This record gives sequence, structure tokens and C-alpha cells, in this order.
Amino acid sequence: MPDTLALTPTRLILIAAFLLCGVVAPLLAPAYQTQLTELLLFIVFALAWDLVGGQMGYNSFGNVLFVGVGMYVCVIVQVGLFYNVGLYTEARGGGTEFIFDEAQFLTGLAVGIPAAMLACILLAWALGSLVLTMRGHYFAICTLGLGIAAGQIAAGIPWIGAGSGMLTPNPPDALGDVGLLLYYLSLGLAVVCALTFAWLLSTRFGLALNAIRDDEDKAEAMGLNTHAVKVTAWVVAAAFLGMAGALYGNLVRFIDPLQTAFAGATIGVWMILMALLGGRGTLLGPIVGAIIFQITKELFWTYMLGWQRVALGILIVVVAVFFPYGIVGFFRERSKQKSRIAEERT
Amino acid sequence: MTSLLELTDVTKTYGGVVANDAISLNVQQGSIVGLIGPNGSGKTTLFNAITGTIPIDSGSIRFKGQEISHCLTGDIARSGIIRTFQQPRIYKAMSARDNMLLSASVRTEPFAHLFGRSNREAHDRMGELLDFVGLADKQDELAGDLSFGQQKLLELAMALINDPEMLLLDEPTAGINPGLVGGLIDRLKTANKMRGLTLLVIEHNMPVIMDLAEHIYCLAHGRLLAHGAPDNVRQDARVLDAYLGAA
Repeated sequence: MPDTLALTPTRLILIAAFLLCGVVAPLLAPAYQTQLTELLLFIVFALAWDLVGGQMGYNSFGNVLFVGVGMYVCVIVQVGLFYNVGLYTEARGGGTEFIFDEAQFLTGLAVGIPAAMLACILLAWALGSLVLTMRGHYFAICTLGLGIAAGQIAAGIPWIGAGSGMLTPNPPDALGDVGLLLYYLSLGLAVVCALTFAWLLSTRFGLALNAIRDDEDKAEAMGLNTHAVKVTAWVVAAAFLGMAGALYGNLVRFIDPLQTAFAGATIGVWMILMALLGGRGTLLGPIVGAIIFQITKELFWTYMLGWQRVALGILIVVVAVFFPYGIVGFFRERSKQKSRIAEERT
Repeated sequence: MTSLLELTDVTKTYGGVVANDAISLNVQQGSIVGLIGPNGSGKTTLFNAITGTIPIDSGSIRFKGQEISHCLTGDIARSGIIRTFQQPRIYKAMSARDNMLLSASVRTEPFAHLFGRSNREAHDRMGELLDFVGLADKQDELAGDLSFGQQKLLELAMALINDPEMLLLDEPTAGINPGLVGGLIDRLKTANKMRGLTLLVIEHNMPVIMDLAEHIYCLAHGRLLAHGAPDNVRQDARVLDAYLGAA
């Protein structure tokens, strides 16, 4: 097991403090509840991308596929359990006949999120069996194509609103602050995702992922079932992306096939940027990257409106040039250098 | 002894270059066989063909009686053939310990066993093998930070901990501290005698291969030049001319 994953007392205290902050944050800063929920989902996006892209070395540009599929499957289940989906999308969620009471709304979410996860697992398994036979640039371009194609397909299906998109069910007033519910669901998902990945990376499966990244041919020559390892990692990442997509759809309330669900140019790129910013191939890196990214994004969107994407582009360049291993990687390297110097002196 | 690996008329060409020209060889179970020849004679190509890294143009490769020439590398490894490389191939961003723990019996264990940590037995064998190859104090170092010779030794230890039935070694003593070579040969002989490990070894170090192998095949320009007991091959005029004589 890599030392970086060992649960030392200091790390346990830090995790507990982080969790406590997570629990009280929306109560202390209710005005930022939506941004905080988004941050938690970004953490899941970045962690899921990093499992395949950072730990295993398979750079996927199409993870947004699972975000979008999760989003659509969840809302279809939320609506479909109680109403005709086609009529609902035709009416764009309006009209008196499409009112969801407390039980219906909660049941929809409770069934929709696992359904999103299941759909993404099946899709990832089916696609992964084909796509993961490719490597390097071929894999990257193929996944990019999958994300784009999915958006175009969704935009052409009238049953789910086609290019006009689809609204998620309106939460009933009696339910109170649904935003808070979504926040805690997102917190739970982020925690479960981080713990699952920490466990996976502490097992020999984590070593197998790193071995594929370092030298896949060698791993095969040693008899490791690399294809099964790759498909499993891809499926696990897709499962979390699907659930995160389901929650993200309910957070933004309107699912546009190209701008929200299969938004390759925003969410698709952001999840990679977050992992790179924090440090790919590390468990902590994507979390740190997501936090820094969300803060800078909000600042750019607030104080540099009109130039926000330029600022984000500059951030990407700065990260690539000055922090090629990300922030966590940068400090880890510095720490190693210090240890080496200390060793040489002694 | 029964035949474990049997190559019949294996041919591999790269464009107009014939890397292996109708090579036939036989490795008996539990034997140590040497493969020698000048640089460019097709030895490593033959290893690549046996392990499924490259497809052959014609001929047959049978392992334990089964045709494996159309099998994938992973399937061949899982059937029992593990190899090392001329340039050591290890997982450079992982520690020496993790290289070993991942490799421990990975070819035979069920996939589900990956979702757990290494057991005590794997740790013990890792410690023993790393100690043997002189890397016990390098367990925590990144494999990529080790010297060339240390990486070769680590790769050998990784192969041994994987419980192969047949081990293909590509120049195992190249770049190794001369002081360790004798011990290495003894270790390989012990693994051969005690565990019945079959070895096919490419080696340029003539004293080493003459001491280690029971039977030697000599290639030159992609063709099988001679084969037989080490003493016979050593005195074969064609071998002397093509290889030993040139040395």
C-alpha cells in the first residue's frame, strides 16, 4: 500500500475537520449553498476522472458522457415513475397536471439516483469493453467523440425534450429547502467516492492501475488481466459520475443536452483541469484542485465577467507551465527534494 | 522428461529482413536451455514471438502441448510463461516493494484477489527475494530511481515471485555487479532443481551460459546455426566462426 494512503492520526484529524466543515458549511454560509454543492460534485467529477486518467494513465475526454447519461436517466425516472415522460417534456414541465408532492419527489430522487448509477455502470461496461482496447491518443479522441456524439443524440430525441432540453421536477414547497437536501446528498456522495477510491488505491487493484499507467505491456507480460482492471476502473468512475450527474441535474434544474448534460467544453474540460491543477495520480490532488478551481471560477465569473474564460485559459497555461505535477505533486516533490538534501548532508 | 515448449519452423520477417528463419527448438520440462548468437541474430525476436508480443508469419509454437502462436500476451503469461526484457521493464513510478507485491502470483490468482492487500506469505517471499538480489534496503525506493543493474535484478525478482512454470530471461547478467552473478546463477539453478522451473536464457556472457545451461541453441542471421550440449556448441566451428570466434 502506498505510504501516501496510510491513515496517520494527523490525517484522521484532518479528514474529521474537513467533514465537520462540510457538514456546517451550508449552515454558516447559506448564500453560497449552490456553489458549495457544485464544489462537492466537482470533487466527484475530478476524482472519477483521475481514477482512469491519473491513476491508470488513460486520458479520457469523454467522461462527461456519464454525467449526461446520469442526469437524463435520473430525471426520466423521477418523472416517469408518476407521469408520461413524453407529455411532460412536451409541456416543458409546466401545467397543473405535473405537480410532484413530497413523497413523489423524494421517491423520484431515491430511485432516480441509483438508476443513473446502474445505467452508467452498464453503459461503461459495454463501451469500455470496446474503447479500452485503444490506447493513448486513440483512446482520448475516441472518448471525446463519445461525449460529443451523446450530446447530439440527446438533442435529437423529442421524448426527452430534444434540443429544448428537459426540466427536473419542481420540488414541492412543503419540502422546504431542497437545496440543502441536495447539498447533503452531494456531500455524502463525495465522501463515499473519496473513501471508495482510497480503499481501491490501498489494495493491489490500485497497484494494478499504476502498473498499467507505468507499463501496460509489462503488466500484460506478467499475466495481469489488464483489460479487466481497465474496465473495472472505468465502470467504477462511471458509477460515481452518473450519480453526480443526477444530482447536478437537480441542482441546475434545467437539462440542456449540449450546455448542461454533455457539456464537453465546460464540465468535460473542467474535471480534467481540476485533477491536473491539484495533482493527477494522487487521491488528494483532485480534491484540492476542485476546491481551488471552484473558488477561482466563482471569482472570475463574478469580477471578470466577459473575460472569465480568458482568465480560466490563463489559469490552465499557468498550471501546465509552473505546476506540471499539480499543487499536491509540487509540494510532494519539494518535500522529497528536502529529504534528499537532508540525507546527503547526514 | 517431456517437452514443455516446442517451436517448429517459426518464421518472422520485417519487410525484407528475415528475423527468424524457420527456427525449431525444443525445451524439455525442468531443463535450462541457452539461446546464444551475435547481436541481431533474432534471439529477442524469438522471445517476442513465444510471448505473443509479435505475431509470427508461419510455424508453430506449442506450450504444454497447446498451440499458443495466436494467443495474446496476457493469456500466454497466465498459462505459465513469464519473461524478462533486455532493457529492464519495471513499474518505474512505483516502489520496489509495490513492484514485487503486485507481481506476486498475479498470473494465477483470481481477479477478485486484487481487491485486497498482499498476504503475509507474499510479504515474506518479497523480503526473501529482494534480499537475495541485494535490494532489501531499496524496498521503499522508486523503482525508476534504481540503477540499470538494480532494475534488472528487480525485474528478475518480480518474475520469480510470480511463480512461472517457464522463465524466459533476456540477458539476465547484463549490467549486473559481477560479484552478484555467481549467486544469481546458483539461485536460478536452485529454482530449477527445487521447483522444477524451466528456463530459456539469452546470454552473451559465455562462461555464465556454459555453466548454467544443459542445452544450447545458437542463432545467426535469423537462422538456427547449431544446438547441443554446451561443450559441443562451444567447439562447433560454425558457432566459433559466427559468434565465439568473433568475440
